[in-house]
Amino acid sequence: MAFFLETLLGGLMAGMLYSLVALGFVLIFKASGVFNFAQGAMVLFAALAMARFSEWIPLYAGVQDPFVVNLAAFVLAGVVMFAAAWLIERLVLRHLVNQEGTTLLMATLGITYFLEGLGQTIFGSSIYKIDIGMPKDPVMILESAFEGGILINKEDLYAALIAAVLVALLSLFFQKTGTGRALRAVADDHQAAQSIGIPLNRIWVIVWCVAGVVALVAGMIWGSKLGVQFSLTTVALRALPVVILGGLTSVPGAIVGGLIIGVGEKLSEVYIGPMVGGGIEIWFAYVLALGFLLIRPQGLFGEKIIDRV
Amino acid sequence: MFYRENGQFKTTYRADQQILPIAQDRIALGLLLAVAFLVLPAVASDYWFTNILIPFLIFSLAAIGVNILVGYCGQISLGSGAFMAVGAYSAYNFFVRIDGMPLILALVLGGVCAMLFGILFGLPSLRVKGLYLAVATLAAQFFADWMFLRVQWFTNNSPSGSVSVSNLQVLGMPVESPLSKYLFCLSLLVVIALLAKNLVRGAVGREWMAIRDMDVAASVIGIRPMFAKLSAFAVSSFIVGMAGGLWAFIYLGAWEPAAFSVDQSFKLLFMVIIGGMGSIMGSFFGAAFIVLLPIFLNQFLPAATSMFGVEISTAGVSHAELMIFGGLIVWFLIVEPHGLAKLWAIAKQKLRLWPFPH
Repeated sequence: MAFFLETLLGGLMAGMLYSLVALGFVLIFKASGVFNFAQGAMVLFAALAMARFSEWIPLYAGVQDPFVVNLAAFVLAGVVMFAAAWLIERLVLRHLVNQEGTTLLMATLGITYFLEGLGQTIFGSSIYKIDIGMPKDPVMILESAFEGGILINKEDLYAALIAAVLVALLSLFFQKTGTGRALRAVADDHQAAQSIGIPLNRIWVIVWCVAGVVALVAGMIWGSKLGVQFSLTTVALRALPVVILGGLTSVPGAIVGGLIIGVGEKLSEVYIGPMVGGGIEIWFAYVLALGFLLIRPQGLFGEKIIDRV
Repeated sequence: MFYRENGQFKTTYRADQQILPIAQDRIALGLLLAVAFLVLPAVASDYWFTNILIPFLIFSLAAIGVNILVGYCGQISLGSGAFMAVGAYSAYNFFVRIDGMPLILALVLGGVCAMLFGILFGLPSLRVKGLYLAVATLAAQFFADWMFLRVQWFTNNSPSGSVSVSNLQVLGMPVESPLSKYLFCLSLLVVIALLAKNLVRGAVGREWMAIRDMDVAASVIGIRPMFAKLSAFAVSSFIVGMAGGLWAFIYLGAWEPAAFSVDQSFKLLFMVIIGGMGSIMGSFFGAAFIVLLPIFLNQFLPAATSMFGVEISTAGVSHAELMIFGGLIVWFLIVEPHGLAKLWAIAKQKLRLWPFPH
């Protein structure tokens, strides 16, 4: 029982991290109908920027205090992501308005290649580390309830907390600010939003910026967990089943989907994996998502797809 | 001046329904085939055969397969790499486990296995549509990656899934030299391309296109969505599986599951989009573009940078390649979202009026 709970909690916390990446997909799809395959490359790009800035700042600016350095690196990386978002809107999306979904999908795949190349050209292609001072030692909880207690990775716990705070901030931003209201209006209906005077282009820049910040936070957490390296882009492929399971247009869907996928992955790896040779995490997540889709083709919380002839 | 159909009267339905109704097109295609079968073998070097022509032919074949599914039937698939892998590994199993198995039969049987795999992973398309389906097809990709890495039976118990074939023969003739490999791929491609072309302009092809344009409307006028979608998945994955077998047997010779990774799926989709969705001709253009671009960049970049006196490292070249590749794709989608086949059609239209456009 204790082992089961341990796996479950591990899965929930991993799921929180997946939903962080999935959130980036959902934000952009909602606001502009673009399925942004470049989210993984954005995570890598942001993490690379942050890792290298936190290396360069003590070197050139002479600041040593780790908190200040990390904060400055985070802000600088955020500025880089804003610039990237602005350029993507300006140079790519503006010219592809009203194209089909597949064309846009392919364009973001092109952006993926470009960002991967650019990030490694500017920031280098070795393995870097981000150290934001997250404690790495595991803790025991519930020792009174089970013999031996449940082992929890503190780092995962903090990461899940950061993710939860980010999600709360984002929903505040969407529900309470004027810009957030405009974003929701655009997500609802492009034409109606435009006709009441919401500037679509600016909204798209904003939403890509927000996705950039989400990518930065995801990159920071994943980077401090796994090290910043090229394989970080595969995080996007792990987050895709989360997006379709939760529904492409739903923020709560991204979170619930992330939790389901996280738990499903961990439990399947532990309980089914040994029977078939292990390593089933990735495709199991997809098959799980597929199973949900067969019952609800628009994902758990997605808008119902209505076909009219 | 030369390219116009004035005076070419069609007196039979047969003449009206042929693939190339304009005489100049028929002559051009005949010339092209003559060049491919007779002139190129005489002039091209081994480097051309192994690095440019054979990959181009095999990817054209795969792109035709993907185009049938994505371009004609409108079901976006990101799992084409998996279909290639299934084709390659099952052809390998038939080839190695059965004594005296002819190469062509092994490839066809590999295609049949890929077809069954395709139908299985095409089943969700009956319920799930659009981008959801695109992501769902990734399940096939990751499942195949895992299966050939972990299930030892498929790879004849080789530990890392890497296998190799040798002693390839077709009808008693060895297929070992680059020239013979080229001719073998070319012959297969011509036959399958002809079959595919006839399929898409026949009744089945029309059903696919109706489903692509609007599946609800299509089912209202009596087209069975299940049959149309699954047949598209079957034909597409058969062709892609054959291409996978060719890629493994003829081009690679020895391969491991990573040869058919998700990158391969993306590449195939790029070929279809850049070449032109819903066009057999476009598949060739797209394959040429995607095969030639990296080779061109690889040759051109070090030369270009050394002209400016900058030495560029190998890693730098590969990163710059990624950037240019991505940038060109985006640029291309912006300039011509309907692909190279559309440019070709525009050029033909202009040529008909040249030199006296109204």
